[in-house]
Amino acid sequence: MIKVEQLTKKYAGVTGIDQISFEVGKGEIVGFLGPNGAGKTTTMRILASYMPASSGRATVAGFDVFSESLKARRHLGYLPENVPLYHDMRVNEYLRYRGALKALSGKRLKNRIGIIKELCGLREVGRKKIAGLSKGFRQRVGLAEAMIHEPDLLILDEPTIGLDPNQIRQVRELIKSLGERHTILLSTHILSEVEATCSRVIIINRGRIEASDTPENLVNQLRTSGLLRLEVKCASEDPVSYLSEVSGVREVRAVSDGEWRSCEIRIEANTDPREQIFRLAVQRQWVIRELSKERATLEDAFVELTHTDR
Amino acid sequence: MRRFFTLLARELSGFYFSPIAYVVLFFFLILNGLSFWFAVALLSRGPSELTLVQAFFNTLFFWIAYLLVFPVITMRLFSEEFKLGTIETLMTAPVRDSEVVASKFLAALIFYLSMWLPSVLYFLIFSWLGNRSVVGTGAQVWGPYLLLLAMGMFNVSLGCLASSLTSNQIIAAMMALVLVLGIFFLTMINYIINSSSPLVRDLTAYVAQLDHMDSFSRGIIDTRPLVFYPTFALLVLVMTYHVFQYRRWKL
Repeated sequence: MIKVEQLTKKYAGVTGIDQISFEVGKGEIVGFLGPNGAGKTTTMRILASYMPASSGRATVAGFDVFSESLKARRHLGYLPENVPLYHDMRVNEYLRYRGALKALSGKRLKNRIGIIKELCGLREVGRKKIAGLSKGFRQRVGLAEAMIHEPDLLILDEPTIGLDPNQIRQVRELIKSLGERHTILLSTHILSEVEATCSRVIIINRGRIEASDTPENLVNQLRTSGLLRLEVKCASEDPVSYLSEVSGVREVRAVSDGEWRSCEIRIEANTDPREQIFRLAVQRQWVIRELSKERATLEDAFVELTHTDR
Repeated sequence: MRRFFTLLARELSGFYFSPIAYVVLFFFLILNGLSFWFAVALLSRGPSELTLVQAFFNTLFFWIAYLLVFPVITMRLFSEEFKLGTIETLMTAPVRDSEVVASKFLAALIFYLSMWLPSVLYFLIFSWLGNRSVVGTGAQVWGPYLLLLAMGMFNVSLGCLASSLTSNQIIAAMMALVLVLGIFFLTMINYIINSSSPLVRDLTAYVAQLDHMDSFSRGIIDTRPLVFYPTFALLVLVMTYHVFQYRRWKL
């Protein structure tokens, strides 16, 4: 659905994005992650034919976003950051205008407006002026506008920014349900959102793609992925030296808490020495209060891949 | 073409569904009314060679209203879209840049023309109540309106250019005012410089809006301004189109 090859954008000598290439297949929901200023919005704007790239090529639904931009734009719905809307228009009026602009007309336009208002929960505000709507409703108006013409591809730039947790959940559910029929590329800072909705994540930093994979794989590849937490009562023995000898353990740190020792055990990737540790404890007659594996999160992956002073 | 009409309808509703438009129209009509009142007062002083239309279109109030209206009409056309960021949703919809520029220009022109409609009513009422020959006949009546259309295209296009250059409406209005007034007063060079060359005199004669109105309100339809103003408007619109594109591309 999207194909990006060697895309570069320079602003007055400063490189916004630097030779990025990626593909998004039909029906995928892809999360676009990166710190502020990494080039997410730039990439999305180029894909939406808002501005041309300095070099490289991008196609949407098989149409070049620069040379066949009108055709490409017909296949795409774009929700910019901050959801710009005409404040003097009413919701119905706005949707009708945007629908007509996207080549809908007559009965079909009316049908689509009805469906989309139902889907985005806009029924009760149809006659209200956009200027008087809350942030959450404006976001939904923007979203409704982006998909009014049933585009094959939705590009959403931070669709949940500035919403309260309930609204975030609603929008997330909406995006998930849309994923059944549309291809979606969305950018966000909320990582749990990506884990909940996206089938694939592209992490971009300083104009370059750092990683592109499923959320699970990204987490699994982390250096920090293996961390065990152990709390034992082991009389006068020092558990560190014993634990260090267990295979798969890289590093052990222990803190005393009265007679309990709580240990952080770093392990090699893709190993799980909990069984050996349990056997060791039984053998040394330690009492175990906790033995758990810390789950690395996408947040860890994000920090590790985009941390600037690596 | 349907896309163009959708855009045009949106721009027109932006004009007619806003209270500011009616405030502008209100003050415009006051100036128009004053202009008409002075014209009638002038003619009632005694026998005159002037027709009512001629007197109306050559008063100070007419020119003030005419010149000040352009910045007010055009200032928000492009700058508001840039300010609100709606330019991003607009230009990612399947519309051409040229359609956007043309629709904004045409909407402003239609609004401008509609502002002159009440003055037609003045003449109709006057000729119905009074002496038809005082109002003027034939080209003496429609001539000035034809010229208002041509000069309006020219000045509205200048306003469009100013508005496309900035996202601040006040700056857009100031720029438009400077452009409109600057060109209007260009003929004054001939009064300031005593020995201005015939070349300068000939060149400034092309944009001598005062002189053009004088001859058109006499019923003399000169085709030169009728060709010059729209052609120049087209040139300025092409410039606007390029500025509009450039501003997005460098963002």
